[in-house]
Amino acid sequence: MLLREVDYAKPASVAEALALLAADDGARALAGGQTLINVMKARAASPDALVDLNGLEELKGVDLGADGTLSIGPMTTYAELVASAEARARPILGEVCSTIADVQVRNRGTIGGNLCSNDPTNHLPPLMAAVGAEMTITGADGSRTVPASDFFLGVYMTAVGPGELLTRIHVPAGRHDGFAAVTLGVDGTCIVNAAATLDGKLRIALGCVDAVPVLVEADSVDDVRDAVRAAHLDPPSDVHASSEYRAHLAGVLAERAARQAVG
Amino acid sequence: MDVAVSVNGTVYERDVEPRKLLIHFLRDDLDLTGSHIGCDTGNCGACSVIFDGKLVKSCMLLAVQANGAQIETVEGLSEGDELNALQRAFREHHALQCGYCTPGMLMSATALLRDNPSPSDDEIKTALQGNICRCTGYWNIFEAVKAVAR
Repeated sequence: MLLREVDYAKPASVAEALALLAADDGARALAGGQTLINVMKARAASPDALVDLNGLEELKGVDLGADGTLSIGPMTTYAELVASAEARARPILGEVCSTIADVQVRNRGTIGGNLCSNDPTNHLPPLMAAVGAEMTITGADGSRTVPASDFFLGVYMTAVGPGELLTRIHVPAGRHDGFAAVTLGVDGTCIVNAAATLDGKLRIALGCVDAVPVLVEADSVDDVRDAVRAAHLDPPSDVHASSEYRAHLAGVLAERAARQAVG
Repeated sequence: MDVAVSVNGTVYERDVEPRKLLIHFLRDDLDLTGSHIGCDTGNCGACSVIFDGKLVKSCMLLAVQANGAQIETVEGLSEGDELNALQRAFREHHALQCGYCTPGMLMSATALLRDNPSPSDDEIKTALQGNICRCTGYWNIFEAVKAVAR
């Protein structure tokens, strides 16, 4: 497919990338491109210019802090995160990333791209919401760090504004996590997914049922189904699942993720 | 934009439009038509090539992103006029029928065996997960890869 004409720049630093994005309303950051290039083919997105973040080492890598906090560069690919010894401090991250799409996509697709595209069927928005991740956003005026609940704003929308970039993802220490999904085929799009973390209470984030991950809390695994029912979900219907079936799956998958988290 | 891309060890210098996909650059500009376009949506894997050592789908990269990169395609697999061991195994196990997916399958298997010369059955299946075949039912492809695994 021939894309619409587009300009292309490959900045040598985050500062240069921010300047390029701020200078052109029609410019979009290009991360792994495993979503963006395809939506450009379909003309669902038609940026005037692409600012290629590949090659910016300051946006890559996984560091483990003394307190167990993981600091993840948004341009870290799924495959790099799966291979990272540091990332094993929070094993659920690698477990989930290893189930996203296929080898080729995992070699290019990035953690930051998955979060910033914020497709409601993506794996990582609910996972980051459940584990209590925080995101650092950088623009011309400096940086701010926001929790997941303030980061995911709507379908394909995040707190990363025009002229800004997601520059770091912070995941606190913890090992009691779970994730469950029903997908289209073994490696396909999620119909519903759920991530759970035991952090005193059980914190569960449900994906694919609303514009942003839906958080519910429960005292124990036995309370999870009731907690999901009390959230009064009204998920969308499509060819893959009716609204009622998605709501049903949300309870089932929340319980599965919670069982893994407490197990 | 001017790019210099190494493909199978030969450096090609070309002027490309930023909107050109890597698969179109390989096929149309370099006349390397071994890599195929199947779905053009990142699902089928027929366009798989090795990009700086990593297996990728070349319909989801821009040609300009390959500037300075080392690309390996199916044209680079044979040893002179002789098929390499993996290609021979595909022939011997009837791992292709129409052959459309074969270049991508070969590159995925090449990337697997380079990183992991002794893959388990599950590792072979996982490595081929991003490649769709509509003829063989996959089993003969699996058997061919297994035959050259150590």
